[in-house]
Amino acid sequence: MSDLKITKLHKRYGLVPAVRGIDLEVPSGEFTVLVGPSGCGKSTLLRMIAGLEEITEGTIEIGGRVVNHVRPRDRDIAMVFQNYALYPYMNVFENIAFGLRARKTPRDEIEKRVKRAAEMLAITNLLDRLPRQLSGGQRQRVAIGRAIVRNARLFLFDEPLSNLDAQLRDEMRSEIKRLHQELGTTMIYVTHDQIEAMTLADRIVLLKDGLIEQAGTPLDLYERPATRFVAGFLGSPKMNFIPAEFVRNASGGAVRFADGSALALPGRVELTNRKVVFGIRPQHFSRDPKNLSGEAAKVKAMVELLQPTGSRAFITFPLGGQPIMAELASHDVQGPGETLDLYMDIGRAVLIDPETGRVI
Amino acid sequence: MSAVDARALMQRPGTRLAIRYAIAILLVIVFVFPIYWLFMISFKTPAEIFAFPPKWYASKFQFGNYVGLFKDGDAVSVLNSLILAGTSTVIAMVLGTMAAYSLVRFKTGGENLAVWIISQRMVPPIAVVFPIFLLYVFFGWVDSYHGLIILYTAFNLPYVIWMMRGYIEDIPLELEESALVDGWTRWQVLWRVVFPMARTGLFATAVFTFVFAWNDFIFALVLTRTGVITYTVQVTHYFGGQSNFWAKIAAMSVLGTAPVFIAVAFMQRYLVRGISMGAVKG
Repeated sequence: MSDLKITKLHKRYGLVPAVRGIDLEVPSGEFTVLVGPSGCGKSTLLRMIAGLEEITEGTIEIGGRVVNHVRPRDRDIAMVFQNYALYPYMNVFENIAFGLRARKTPRDEIEKRVKRAAEMLAITNLLDRLPRQLSGGQRQRVAIGRAIVRNARLFLFDEPLSNLDAQLRDEMRSEIKRLHQELGTTMIYVTHDQIEAMTLADRIVLLKDGLIEQAGTPLDLYERPATRFVAGFLGSPKMNFIPAEFVRNASGGAVRFADGSALALPGRVELTNRKVVFGIRPQHFSRDPKNLSGEAAKVKAMVELLQPTGSRAFITFPLGGQPIMAELASHDVQGPGETLDLYMDIGRAVLIDPETGRVI
Repeated sequence: MSAVDARALMQRPGTRLAIRYAIAILLVIVFVFPIYWLFMISFKTPAEIFAFPPKWYASKFQFGNYVGLFKDGDAVSVLNSLILAGTSTVIAMVLGTMAAYSLVRFKTGGENLAVWIISQRMVPPIAVVFPIFLLYVFFGWVDSYHGLIILYTAFNLPYVIWMMRGYIEDIPLELEESALVDGWTRWQVLWRVVFPMARTGLFATAVFTFVFAWNDFIFALVLTRTGVITYTVQVTHYFGGQSNFWAKIAAMSVLGTAPVFIAVAFMQRYLVRGISMGAVKG
């Protein structure tokens, strides 16, 4: 059964389109992350699901019921906002209980549910405090607590972690993931952070310019991106893109770069000669071909820049007349100026049509 | 003392502080003296009021002047003022806050309605008081509570809307959206989120609204006869062609000043915060 079904959804502000025809179905219990750059329409989409934005065209169904004209309070949803949206004049207990009071929940039931939510989020000792006496992370826990006491069918998160510092963000991310596992509720989560998307999602819906660019499991999108945009958006550091030309030859094919260098591309027999963009992730390089899962292509790398991160190191070197990045084990590289023999997992490289931006 | 010594003395922090205090005390005396004098006159006997050289304080606190006001029934004018100012303030605050909410959240009337509304407040009362008088004669509203309450409410509404608009704009939209999703209706959101969030602004605006109606003279003078006389009009009755009843004027003025004093004293905390909040928002 699906908890949420969106059909041909459009949103226009005057003449400006924000969402341009989205179809999406979210199965019960799934954690779906809407991700994309700012202005891609992800927050607008979430707010339309919540009933906080009018729908220009199309339908939204929650639990099998069309909710286009249903008020937010009657949609059986709970929402966590970016700025926590805590009421400064109520203590933590009252903040969490606020939604239950709206629904005339009996007093002892409120007490029970708030206590339980507070236990799950480890904020029991904060129940008497006012929001201004809490740290950012604690505030976010309260905001999440307010959503989970409601037992709603659908949980919506609108960039809930973007106001937290990096360390807290990691901590709260695991917390949200754990909550989803415990509660099993359908969750829809908006973020612009691809790491959040990758780590939290059962399914990622990547949006661009008001349309779904690609939807699938995190690994699906990472391993088999449909477009250059998807390939570049997911993964850090991002995928290297080098303009090149595909050339047919006896052994299958090769890509030839602007500086005349070439790389053999076995197995791409279906292609004819054409212009392409060659894409390879920094993670798909290694000093040792045995570390690679597929066929290895050897390249010479003149290290121009070294960025150590601890266990791993990012190096920048020229390939095909363009600086590209590779991720290696720290002990594999000494410093700038060094020339290394690197192996590239050529089977995982992608070829992109430079005109349409689609992966070939 | 040489010039150098004087300068050194001036530069000592203690001296500077003393000078500041001296100036402050002087200013307080200048401002407070008329009020002090008013209070003193209200307690003095007629002989003391006209004594020369003037007596700086009443020889004994006698309440005869006040008792007289209550005996004659003149003191009821303070009650009238209280009813008129109080009721019109409550109505103006409720209607004005709702209108301001609608302007801010639903963009009612677009960008220009708010400016048009505040422009209504800029009409000088004297320019409209006679047309209103004719209208009130027609409706039979002269010398009635509801007549003045409606007028004060109408005059205060633009101010309330303008002020509350600024305070409501300061409330994060997410707080309201969160409440809507959580199950409250718009009206409940207004009551449970907007009012508490704008509490400081509400009090500050209410005090000013009350004071406007309380201090009004021109409308009350023209639109009342004997039934609903306010204290401001009542005071003028003691100015006679031959003589002025200074004792009554003073006692009545004290009665008229006291409620505002009390209101401001209790609400001072909100007043200062409320005014400065509005100032930042502009």
